[in-house]
Amino acid sequence: MEQLLRVAVDGLSFASYLFLVSAGLTFIYGVMRILNVAHGSLYGLGAYMAAWLVLRLWPGGAPGALALPPVWSYGVLLLAALIIGLVVGPLLERVFIQRVVDRGEVIPLVLTFALFLMLEDIMKLIWGVNPLGADLPYAMLGAVSLAGVNYPVYPFLLTGVAVVAAAALWLIINRSRFGKLVIAVIADREVSRALGIDVPRIYTFAFTLGAVLAALGGAFSAPMISVVPGVSVEVIILAFAVTTIGGLGSIGGAAIGALLVGVLRAAAVHYVPELDLFVIYALMTAILLVKPRGLFGGVEVRRI
Amino acid sequence: MGVVLETVNVTRYFGAVKAADDLSVQLAEGQTVGIVGPNGSGKTTFVNLVTGYVKPARGAVRFRGRDITPLTPRQITRLGIARSFQIPQLYLRLSVLENMLLALAIREQQHWDLWRPLKLPARVEEARCLLAQFGFDTGVDQPCAALPEGGRKLLDVALSFALRPSVLLLDEPTSGVSVEDKFAVMDRLMSVVRQSAITAVFIEHDMEVVARYAERVLVFAEGRILADGGPAAVFANPAVRTHVLGEGV
Amino acid sequence: MTLEERSLAAPELAGRRLPRALGLLEASGAVRAAVAVLVVLALVAPLLPGWLLFLLTVAFAKGLVVLGVVLLLRGDLVSFGHGLFYAAGAYTVAFALRWGVPVRDAAPLVLLGTLVATVVAALVGLFIARYRGIFFGMLSTAFTMILYSLLLKLYWLTGGTDGLAARPAGILGLQPAADTLRLTQYYFVLVLTAAVTYGAYRLAASPLGYLMRAIYDNEIRVEYMGASVRQAIYRTYVISGALGGLGGALAAVAVGHVAPDLAYWTSSGEFVFVALFGGAGSVFAPLLGAVVFEFVRNYAFKLSPYTWQLLLGSVLVLVILFAPGGLWSLLERLAQRARGGKRS
Repeated sequence: MEQLLRVAVDGLSFASYLFLVSAGLTFIYGVMRILNVAHGSLYGLGAYMAAWLVLRLWPGGAPGALALPPVWSYGVLLLAALIIGLVVGPLLERVFIQRVVDRGEVIPLVLTFALFLMLEDIMKLIWGVNPLGADLPYAMLGAVSLAGVNYPVYPFLLTGVAVVAAAALWLIINRSRFGKLVIAVIADREVSRALGIDVPRIYTFAFTLGAVLAALGGAFSAPMISVVPGVSVEVIILAFAVTTIGGLGSIGGAAIGALLVGVLRAAAVHYVPELDLFVIYALMTAILLVKPRGLFGGVEVRRI
Repeated sequence: MGVVLETVNVTRYFGAVKAADDLSVQLAEGQTVGIVGPNGSGKTTFVNLVTGYVKPARGAVRFRGRDITPLTPRQITRLGIARSFQIPQLYLRLSVLENMLLALAIREQQHWDLWRPLKLPARVEEARCLLAQFGFDTGVDQPCAALPEGGRKLLDVALSFALRPSVLLLDEPTSGVSVEDKFAVMDRLMSVVRQSAITAVFIEHDMEVVARYAERVLVFAEGRILADGGPAAVFANPAVRTHVLGEGV
Repeated sequence: MTLEERSLAAPELAGRRLPRALGLLEASGAVRAAVAVLVVLALVAPLLPGWLLFLLTVAFAKGLVVLGVVLLLRGDLVSFGHGLFYAAGAYTVAFALRWGVPVRDAAPLVLLGTLVATVVAALVGLFIARYRGIFFGMLSTAFTMILYSLLLKLYWLTGGTDGLAARPAGILGLQPAADTLRLTQYYFVLVLTAAVTYGAYRLAASPLGYLMRAIYDNEIRVEYMGASVRQAIYRTYVISGALGGLGGALAAVAVGHVAPDLAYWTSSGEFVFVALFGGAGSVFAPLLGAVVFEFVRNYAFKLSPYTWQLLLGSVLVLVILFAPGGLWSLLERLAQRARGGKRS
């Protein structure tokens, strides 16, 4: 019983940051029909920015030169995500991605892969290769006892962030003016253009929104992990698996996919640790073979 | 002369529209048949049904007595039924010659041959010969994308013809071809067709072309055959005159 | 008269029979240059330092994998999972040596590695040949990640992150001393690469080669001519996988070591990178791309370990935006201009 609870809690925490990254990835695909490999970099940038800011403002876990109250560190995490998302997102989209948006699906994919490579090195140049461990926000929340076992509280905060982000995303898409335009562009690019919708602006907006989500995932993961250069590489392939399982273009699918992958991995870690990666990619393969559109539909699969 | 191709009570819907309504058509070996009718009357659907691109909701398609309804376009092509398209379907980035060479290689089922090149001298010679019959002499090394609309139409027809089918279905072979060239093209095509005893079926909007080349005319309307007979008789038919020729409305 | 017409019109001229038979008569200027370069590389090898021989050896091996990617690229199919075959070929060599297979010579081991990769491609191809676009890419990535996850975690079999050694006892019966090992491996790989590239050259001129390009343009027309699109893709995929396995086995022998990273998605990404970097316009383009890539990476890394990806990434961005035909197309343009634009 307590094993199951452990699996559920671990799975939920894993699913939370995966959802944040995957939701952005799948949303960008839905709007622009581009699979953004550099999404992993946005996650990494968010993590690095967050960790760096926290370590500078609270060196060694104590208030630094500015003597800010430690509880503000959560706000700093959010700030880091917004800085990265709102600056790097539009930059990438306007300078590079917009130029290839009409060259099919593969060229943009390879372009974003090239951007990913560039950003990997940029992160190393800015922050070096030593691990950054900004665990103040994590340590502050301590642990809670559930069914006789101690669980750290922080991952639940991460889940909370994911839920709030999901709700915000839903509101933006379904209740805002921009959201309605986005839905139109998703439905039919050409018709939207003909109706006078400024499609390039919608693209920038959608990409930025996705970037903020990825950076959020990174920023709020930072206190839990050791931020090193490899995090972007790992997260993007997991996000691919999640979005494939859930269905490209479907945010609900990203949520279910993230939960599935999270719980599956947690279960594997506890029962069959050698297969903890295998199960994820086996599921991804199975879905692609049996229900290529993913669990929640999404876009039409090119298959003969 | 036996029945080479027939549809038996074939019905096909596209949403609420009946593109084929209990259609039973029999084509005799060696006939030259013109298909006319207003837009949306089911002419192209007929060709799509007969070549397996689209499946009927009810009914069957038979080729020389054999039921071919479940077959794929590829299998049906291999049996000897070829078609050309309303919008020419070509390999635009390949040259005119290369398009024809592929048709020939596939016709002979030599397309899996890894060692011998596509451009075998014998094959190239036959390709040039065939292309010349359709008016392509110089410029066959140009990419198809450089061809004008009429040229693309012609090439599309030439490719289908090159497969040496026993039944050749042409979807608007002269649309897009200039008025001066129309008859030249059809003359050339039909003389070759007659020499080879192919059953030729062509969909046309130009009644002059139909009158000149068809032995038999099928008039389509709303997925059904409105009239079926020699061109003179069919064009004299009052129902045809109203529905298709737009007279006396 | 084009060169083609000329060659068809003037049959058995002395000295032209062999090139005609080999199908080289119609080769473009750039291709002839590439063949010449290969010959030069064979001749000057004994003069080259060991590190350079090693670099070229690995570059050629990887070039073969990239060639496999390019074969599919011509049909608008991008395989982001060629690491699967690369690793399959490489690990087969390592496993065979580890588990005491009686044969310890590099040549049959490389052949075995290629065979295993071919079988994998034959199996995967059954499924993947029905997919297109990014779903083809995603499925190929999924398969390679499955292999990666097994290679990484089943450490008692595979050596885990440490990997396994891949040191055959000799090459083609030869047991070169340490100072001539690099040279021997170099010639081994060079000859194989030349032979395989020639095979790919014939493939590109064959109906199957043209079919892949036709599929890119118009699948419906292919079916309506009476050929199976799925069969064409399947066969090309199997050949492509065989190339990946061959490259992997050769690289394993040259490096002497295999690790799970060979199957990681970034490894596959690198092959796609080089494919676009070199270009898809010729069977020599992947070799060119691979050699330049290895050089750049080697030097960029020495300059600063934290900027080689930045450099290569920028180069790829520039290629995608401004030279979509890759390095090869730039070379062809140069060759044309050198001729004064007389004939392409």
